[in-house]
Amino acid sequence: MFVLRLLLKNAFRHRLRTLLTMVGLVVAICAFGLLRTIVDAWYNGVEGTSSTRLVTRNAISLTFPLPLAYAERIRSVEGVSSVSWSNWFGGIYITERNFFPQFAVEPASYLALYPEYVLTDDEKKAFLLDQRGAVVGRKLANEYGWKIGDQIPLRGTIFPGTWTFTLRGIWDGIDAKTDESQFLFHWKLLSETMRRRSLENADYVGVFIVGINEPQNAAQISQRIDAVFKDSRAETLTETEKAFQLGFVSMSEAILVAIQAVSVVIIVIIMAVMANTMTMTARERLAEYATLRALGFGPAFVVKLLFGESLAIALIGGCIGLLATLPIAAAFAKAVGTLFPVFIVSPLTMALQLLASLAVGAIAAAWPAWKMSRLSIVDGLRHVG
Amino acid sequence: MTQALIRIYDLGKAYQRGEQRLAVLEGVNLEVQAGEFVALMGPSGSGKSTLLNLIAGIDKPSSGRIEIGGVDIATLSEGELADWRAANVGFVFQFYNLMPVLTAFENVELPLLLTRLSRRERKAHVLAALEMVRLTDRMDHYPNELSGGQQQRVAIARALVTDPTLVVADEPTGDLDRVTGAEVLDLLAQLNRELGKTIVMVTHDPKAAARARRLIHLEKGELVPDEAVAAP
Repeated sequence: MFVLRLLLKNAFRHRLRTLLTMVGLVVAICAFGLLRTIVDAWYNGVEGTSSTRLVTRNAISLTFPLPLAYAERIRSVEGVSSVSWSNWFGGIYITERNFFPQFAVEPASYLALYPEYVLTDDEKKAFLLDQRGAVVGRKLANEYGWKIGDQIPLRGTIFPGTWTFTLRGIWDGIDAKTDESQFLFHWKLLSETMRRRSLENADYVGVFIVGINEPQNAAQISQRIDAVFKDSRAETLTETEKAFQLGFVSMSEAILVAIQAVSVVIIVIIMAVMANTMTMTARERLAEYATLRALGFGPAFVVKLLFGESLAIALIGGCIGLLATLPIAAAFAKAVGTLFPVFIVSPLTMALQLLASLAVGAIAAAWPAWKMSRLSIVDGLRHVG
Repeated sequence: MTQALIRIYDLGKAYQRGEQRLAVLEGVNLEVQAGEFVALMGPSGSGKSTLLNLIAGIDKPSSGRIEIGGVDIATLSEGELADWRAANVGFVFQFYNLMPVLTAFENVELPLLLTRLSRRERKAHVLAALEMVRLTDRMDHYPNELSGGQQQRVAIARALVTDPTLVVADEPTGDLDRVTGAEVLDLLAQLNRELGKTIVMVTHDPKAAARARRLIHLEKGELVPDEAVAAP
């Protein structure tokens, strides 16, 4: 107790210096947490995937569509329990800045494959019955203040014209990782409109979403599906939903690596600042440590005092930084809207923030503690006065 | 018949400065009886502080032996020496060397943390030590709230609180004015007289040295025949 009191009193001896060091720690730990959360948000599409879903796309590229007729043939493959499909729509809501993902889907089979999108029975029924209807995630609805029954116009970029939808349902995610930023409408509307306008690809889809009952056989089922279409006009590439999402993430991997590197660099910088603080502290207290040693305290006691003081400062700063991350992340998520469908500071990130604080405290004290443990009492006492 | 507390045989201390060997003490032989109050005097660089540091066990000799209470402290390891100091030596420094973040009470309590005493027992010892230096009314004050003389009295209480056999004082009045210095010397003399503490004090000040019962001169690292001082 005495030692704890002594090291805490020591920690706040130079209040301004300790305060400034703590401010640096708060900023660093907060920035570390935010950057990690951004990386997590990027990977969230992967986290939110299901092992019971496969995605079949054109083997050449995702930008090449597949014939709708493939659906029946996929359904007949051993191990496949259901099939749905979707098209990326890429429309603009009022201005280009209002970005959110929009998909034309086969509604009944799609909603069956995504039980994590929780709609009431009435909403689901209303959506299925209305070919001009749409359903959206709660986050997206909140972002634009949409209510059920609202008319939502989208200006098509890939599919020309203004498409107006009636909002029939707003889903809540089954958990925090569920994407609530999507806009879904009937694929049939898209297909029929394109056929009416004599546009190409009316009976084509972007991807097939394939339901399977045995996730452990995902690889074999994927091979079986692709084998069906081998040497056909449009060969397929089937992979797990997770692998499919990882493909998107890998496109921006360089940015993610850079963000992660910056988060580590920030910690290293604050470590250097903190080490400087602790070195100055130890140098100023040479005579005190020498006195303690003269009184009979061993080198370990001085080491304990230095480590304790450094860890106390680092932990206090780290905890404030961690707590500050939560509202800042919430404000950041609000500011970027649906750019990141899920933006939550994960327990792992919080644990890493605490661990980083402890590492900063421990490493910053290592050098001065080592020096002080080797301090000659006589030399130390000469610093008096 | 008194018994020698400190026995020093052919003591030498030298420092290596590059290629050069700098001898600070050479062939020092000395005996200090238990209960003596000894003043070590000499010009700057004579080796008096080095001798005091060696006697106090905070420095190691280059040659010779130092027996304190029958223990050859030159042969002790760092850890053993630390334990020995905690149990046997009380320190009084020129600049008091109090912990600025601790109160007078806590400063005096500090050496007792190395003992097995309970909190209550520690408190009783600290209060007794502060009573002896007449500072119980200032026990909750921090060093910067005390005068130089009061700080040195706290340091003396800290030196006494473990009831050591030997008290070493390095220029205890060096940072004090004449009147306050005299009060501190009175206190040291009282400890020697009433509690029988053996005190070895380094000083430049002949008036301070005159308060000791025995005067030892050092010149260029060697002892010159000492002289007895009339008891004050």
